[in-house]
Formats: sequence, C-alpha cells, structure tokens
Amino acid sequence: MSGVSRNGEALRLDGVHKSFGKLEVLKGIDLSVADHEVICLIGSSGSGKSTMLRCINLLEPVDAGRILIHGEDITARGVDVNRIRRHIGIVFQAFNLFPHMTVLRNVTLAPMEALGMSRAEAQARALELLERFGLVEKRDEYPDRLSGGQQQRVGIVRALAMKPDIMLLDEVTSALDPELVAEVLNVIRELAAGGMTMVIATHEMGFARDIARRVCFLDAGRILEEGPPERIFSEPREERTRRFLQSIIDAGRM
Amino acid sequence: MRKLLVGMAVFGLLSAACAEENPVVQPGTPQPGETAADCARGVTGYVNSGSLTIGTDNPAYPPYFQGGTTKASGWKFNDPNNGKGFESAVAYAVAGAMGFSGDNVQWVVAPFNQTYAPGPKGWDFAIEQISQSTKRARAVDFSDSYYDVNQALVAVKDTPITSATGLGELKAYTLAAPIGTTSYDYIVNVIEPSKEPGAFNSLADTVAAINAHQVDGIVVDLPTALFIADPFVQEVKDSVVVGQFPTVGTPEHFGMTFVKGNPLAGCVNQALAELKSDGTLEAITTKWLSKKTNVGAVPVFGTS
Amino acid sequence: MAAGGGGAPELYELPPGEPELPGRGPGILTGLRQEGARGVLIAVVSTIAVFAAIALAVTRSPNWPLVKEAFFNGEEFRSSFPQIAARFVRNVEYFMVAEIFILAFALLLAVMRSLTGPVFFPIRALSIVYTDLFRGIPTILVVYLLGFGVPSLSLAGVPNSATFWAVVALILSYSAYVAEVYRAGIESVHPSQAAAARSLGLSRLQTLRFVVIPQAVRRVIPPLLNDFVGLQKDTALVAFVVVVPEAFKEAQIIQSADFNFTPLLAAALLFLLVTIPMTRLVDWLVARQRRRRQAGGAA
Repeated sequence: MSGVSRNGEALRLDGVHKSFGKLEVLKGIDLSVADHEVICLIGSSGSGKSTMLRCINLLEPVDAGRILIHGEDITARGVDVNRIRRHIGIVFQAFNLFPHMTVLRNVTLAPMEALGMSRAEAQARALELLERFGLVEKRDEYPDRLSGGQQQRVGIVRALAMKPDIMLLDEVTSALDPELVAEVLNVIRELAAGGMTMVIATHEMGFARDIARRVCFLDAGRILEEGPPERIFSEPREERTRRFLQSIIDAGRM
Repeated sequence: MRKLLVGMAVFGLLSAACAEENPVVQPGTPQPGETAADCARGVTGYVNSGSLTIGTDNPAYPPYFQGGTTKASGWKFNDPNNGKGFESAVAYAVAGAMGFSGDNVQWVVAPFNQTYAPGPKGWDFAIEQISQSTKRARAVDFSDSYYDVNQALVAVKDTPITSATGLGELKAYTLAAPIGTTSYDYIVNVIEPSKEPGAFNSLADTVAAINAHQVDGIVVDLPTALFIADPFVQEVKDSVVVGQFPTVGTPEHFGMTFVKGNPLAGCVNQALAELKSDGTLEAITTKWLSKKTNVGAVPVFGTS
Repeated sequence: MAAGGGGAPELYELPPGEPELPGRGPGILTGLRQEGARGVLIAVVSTIAVFAAIALAVTRSPNWPLVKEAFFNGEEFRSSFPQIAARFVRNVEYFMVAEIFILAFALLLAVMRSLTGPVFFPIRALSIVYTDLFRGIPTILVVYLLGFGVPSLSLAGVPNSATFWAVVALILSYSAYVAEVYRAGIESVHPSQAAAARSLGLSRLQTLRFVVIPQAVRRVIPPLLNDFVGLQKDTALVAFVVVVPEAFKEAQIIQSADFNFTPLLAAALLFLLVTIPMTRLVDWLVARQRRRRQAGGAA
C-alpha cells in the first residue's frame, strides 16, 4: 500500500455502523481525512470515539458501511488484517506496554516479527525514535519502572516504529497525572508538525484547539458537528455541542 | 485463646487414645496325649466363638481351591466353602481334626498384605500359599508345614528360554515373579540373572506381564505353574512349564499364619501331625496336586 | 525521643509527667522486643504441648509395640534403605523426562483451546475432549491400560516396554491438568495486551508466542511447580506395571518378603527428600511475587 492515494485521501469512513449485541454504538459515521490532516474527536464517554478508532484498525469488525485507507476497502472480505494493521498505528489510554519486555524490546518486537526487519535495523530505528522523544536512557528498563507519561510516550514510539501512514490516538492522556500530560502532548504536537496523518480522541480541549485542522463532535454514535476548531469551540451550531462544551468549561477544563 | 485450643487438642487426643481395648486370646498349649480337638476346645478368643474362621485371598486360585463359584458368593474363581482344592481340603481336614464340623467353618477374605499387618484380625488363621521364613516369623506365627514347595518356570512356547535345562542358562533372560512369594527371592539369590527381574503385585499382574511380552518367563510355585500353563486354562497364552527348580538350601514350605501369640497355632500343629501320621495329608496332596496333570512330567533344572 | 526497645517507641512510651495508666505496668508494654520474646515462648510451649499430647496418645494405644515393630523397625529400615535409594534414581529419571514432555504438550493443548473463531472449532473441541478424558480417568487406570495394554498389542514399530508406556501414561494424564493451568494463565493476561500486539500488526500466533504466553507462564509458575510435585509422587504408580522396580516397587518387594512395612517408610522418606525442597521453593516464589506486586506500581 503506497503512502499516497489518488486524491490524497488517507482515510474514509462511509456509513459505518457498529453494534455490540443490542446496543448500537455507531449509527452511521461518515468521515474523510486527508493526508497530513489532524482530526480531533471530542464527545462524552459512550459517544463512540473509542469504538470508532478500534473499527478503523479492525480490532472491531463493522456491521455496515465501509472503511477505506488510501482508497483500499479494508472492510472487504478476504483482506489481510495483519497487513492493514502494520500501516496504522494506534495508542491506547492504558499504555498496554508489554511488561515482560524492556522498553527497547517493546519497540523492536513488531518491526522484527511483523515487518521482518533484522535486529540491528530494528534497534537502530528504535534508538533513533527513543532518542528523539527523550527516552533513550530508559531503553533497558522494564515498563513498571517508568512514570505514566514515560510509558505513554514509549507507547507512541512503539507505534511509530512501524512507520505507519496514520496514527490513531485514543484518549492517550486521560489516565495520566496532570503534570505528565504536557510531555505527551508535546510528542503529539511534534508528530503533527512532522506531517503525520492523525485521528485523535481527546478530552484536552485546549490541545485540540491548537493542533486540530478539524474537530468532530461525536454524540450518541453520530458525528453531530464538524468543522475547524475556531468555529466549533466558539460558535457551535448544535445545541448539544454547546451543552457539551459548556459542561467542559464548568468543569474547568477549558 | 491459644492455650484453650491447645488444651482442647490435648483433651481430644487423650480421649481417643483411651478407646476400648481389643479382646485378648487366652493362653493354653496342647498337653502331651491331648488330641487336637481337646486342644482346640481349650482355646478361647475365637473370632466367632463356636466356629473356626479361616481367611484366604480373593481370587482363590486353582489348584489350591477348586469347584468354581457362584455370582452370589463374592469369591472369584472358586469358593473355599465347597471344600475342594488343596488348601480348602487341608483347611477342612485340620478343622475336622480340631473338632469343627464343616458347618462350623467360616471363610473370610484375608488380603495378603493384611495377614501380616499388626493388630487383631477377622480370622483365626489364614491359609494362602504363604511361605514361612525367619524374618516373617517376627510379624506372625506360622504353623508347621502343610506343603513343601518347589518353584517352577512358565514361559511361552517356542521361545528361546524354553530350551533351557540348567539354571545357568536362565541368567540371560528377564524373569518375574509375584511379590511376596519366595519365587522372587529364588530368582535373585539362586538364578542371579544378568537382567534385572521384575516383581508384580499379584499373580494376575505377573501373568499380564508375560502376556504383554514384558518378560521372558515367570517363576511361580509348581502347583500354580501347572494351573496357569494347563492347556485347557492357558492363563498365560501359549505357555508351557519349562521346568521346576531344584531345592537349594532349606526347602521352603507353606504354613498357616496366626496373630502372634495365638495358642491355636499349637492346636493346628497337633492336627497337622495327626493328619500326617494317618496319611490323610498325603492323600489330599495326591488328590489335588500330584494327580496326572494335563501338562505332563515337569523336568527339574540342573544346577549348572 | 528514642527509648529502649525496637520499632516504634513513641507508641508505647508515655510522655513525661503523665500518670501511669491503671492496671498496666511498663514491664509488659515497654518496647516491642519484649512482646516478641513472649510470643516466641508461647509458641514453643504450645508446640511442645501439642506434639507431646499426640506422642502420648499414640504410644499409649494398646497395639503400639506391634505397630512400632511393623512400621518403625530400625533394623529393617537400615537394611532396606540402600536398595530402595538405589532404585529411587529411576523415579527421578521418570519425572525429569516426563515433566519436559508434559510442559510442552500441555502448552500445545492450552493454545489449541485458546484459538477463537468458528474455523478452529474442531481443534478446540479436540483439546476439550482430551482434557476432560484425562482429568476424569484416575491416573493409575491410565498406567494400567497403557502399561499392559499397548505392549500386548505387539504393534510393529512401537516400543514394547511397559516402563515406556507407563511414563507415557503419566505424561498424557498430567498434560491434561497442566493444560488447564496454562489456560488459566493465558486467560489471566488482560485482553488489552493481545489487542496492543495485534494492533501492531503481529499475527495471532506471534501474539501468543511473544506477548501472551510469556506472561501467562510467568504467572502460573507456582501451580506448575505444584503439579510437578504431584508428578514426582505419582512416578510410584508405574510400580504396578513395570518389570524393573523403582523405589515403591522395591519397597513392596522387601515388605512382602519380610512381612514388615518399614521399607514403605524408607521409600516415603526418599520422596520427601525431593518434594519438600520443591514445595518450599514454590512458597518462596509465591511470596516473592506477592512482594513484587505490592512494591510495584510505578514511581
């Protein structure tokens, strides 16, 4: 899969529905993300942000609709799931580092086994990334010796080591102590500045306003409103968007 | 609190220890001139007073027991109550000499390992092909001999071991015997094979082992050998009795076993003496063990 | 302000000038060390009392002299121990060899069981049937059936030795139990680990191999070792079918020949020499895991 499609569209969701048993979580999502674009998803818990991201990297199968990555329908039958996932990086709220491996091994595992890189190559790439994000002294440590912020940054590095075309970030700072949030946000800023196509689910509104080209407000399984951050945050059109943003302000988070 | 628990534990254990004592058999020995019956009358402490309770193992194998069994009886192969078979006949003859009629004789199952475990028993004596030895006599009292035993070798037809005629030729084979018989000792001490011999928990397992081609030959007492290799029985498939072993050192003999100190042993010995002197024992032996067997004459191995 | 005694003196020391609490002298409460010594004294006294009571109860029972002679006969012990110890080497061989195969085969069974998806149903079913069968049949029966049964078939190209098949029986039996242990371990690894690994593009098998199984196995080392101890003891079961005697069979041979049960005690002692260090090792590992879990939780 090449990094650029015919019309520069990196990711597209067409009418995506997803249910868990009787509960329909995604009720028809339409979204288009261009190369190098950064999209932020905002919305309350249960609105479907995580589910949407997990559908994009095929951790959850969709019930209806399609998802296309650079023009390829990844929800079609017979698609090699592992191959698709190698090009999409995802970072979770709960870090999910492998506790029985050192930081370095965490980062080199997938490039070596899934991409077939040699150990030397994988290590070189890993060290380069760790260096770039200020983690290289931790390379031989086990994850339980790292702070939450460090672990999350390693999680991001681990995903980057696969040279993904798209990065999905699912509330990656929500589980962190406030003083550790900034270091992670800076890493993400750097990635955006470097041109990485990203879809970021977040509660950090200030951050979203800074970094996003577009903000999508998810409500009850639908994208209720989307647009540039300046408009969404200052002049939301929908009543529910307004109420949501108000609750954020009231909670002192914006 | 802890002390209370300790105290309770101590109390509990001591109460358990002060359980009822078991009945003790009264002493008494046969006087010269006394018959076995007089002697037996003088003994108290029979397991079931008024009758003689005899123990033997289950299954009760031929030729020591014969006459078959019924589903209702619980005995396998043969029911000792019918008086048929060598040991059953000897037991009834001894009982008769001691004044017990056939109706006053009861049989119970006495598993081999139980016969020498310490403590009181559910039988007055056990008769189940138990060979007497000095070491064994530490744990139980033996009667005098009721049968002098020879060991014999059973093997599968047309196997190399069947051509052996001397003990020396048997050294190269893998042999086995049932546990608890002097057969195993005979293998280890007299034959001294180069391959380690096996011992199995029961005759049945020993037979299973040779049927499963695990061993080249099995050593059992001669009467048992004649039974399992009998062409009409063939417990061991396609088997022959290759030969019987010469007596080395003191001859072995079977004896009944008694709880240590049981004076009934003296009465049984008196009965055996009477049965030997009037030829009854010999007649029983001839009838059940020596009559023409379907196996033919069994050669004796040379000592070389 | 430190005073005599050990740990936290400020808990026990009264501030100067305060009246003494009624009914309590400083002799009992001053310092933890005194409290510790008293605890030890109580423990020693109660232990002696309990064991003395047991010993008294046993040796006062009417049949004790006979039982002592039959089960605790010093001369018999001394004469039988060397032979039984020599044969015990065989038990060690059997459990060392068997354990290697058990660990491998059980892991295979557990992985088979963990494969999801309808296409893998037959494989899962096979694993379930296997574990149900071999956990349900007493190991001794399996030993008898294979130890006598297979050699009787006289199949060409198949080993004929009862020892071989008895050890195979142990392997088949124990693999069923150990597979369940592995399964518990695998299921205890949070699904987010597998999700993270799959998200990186690792295949199902790679995820199992590099991420799930290493974590699963580490978690279940204590129960694995416990099953190993069980195996060590169960090597005695081969005694029923093999030709060459191992420790238990040897003890039975001597027991039956001498009409004395002491050789069984000698065999028991040999098993304890191996199993007790192993159970202590398990205890130590469990305690260490617990310590680590409490101390862990990142800086």
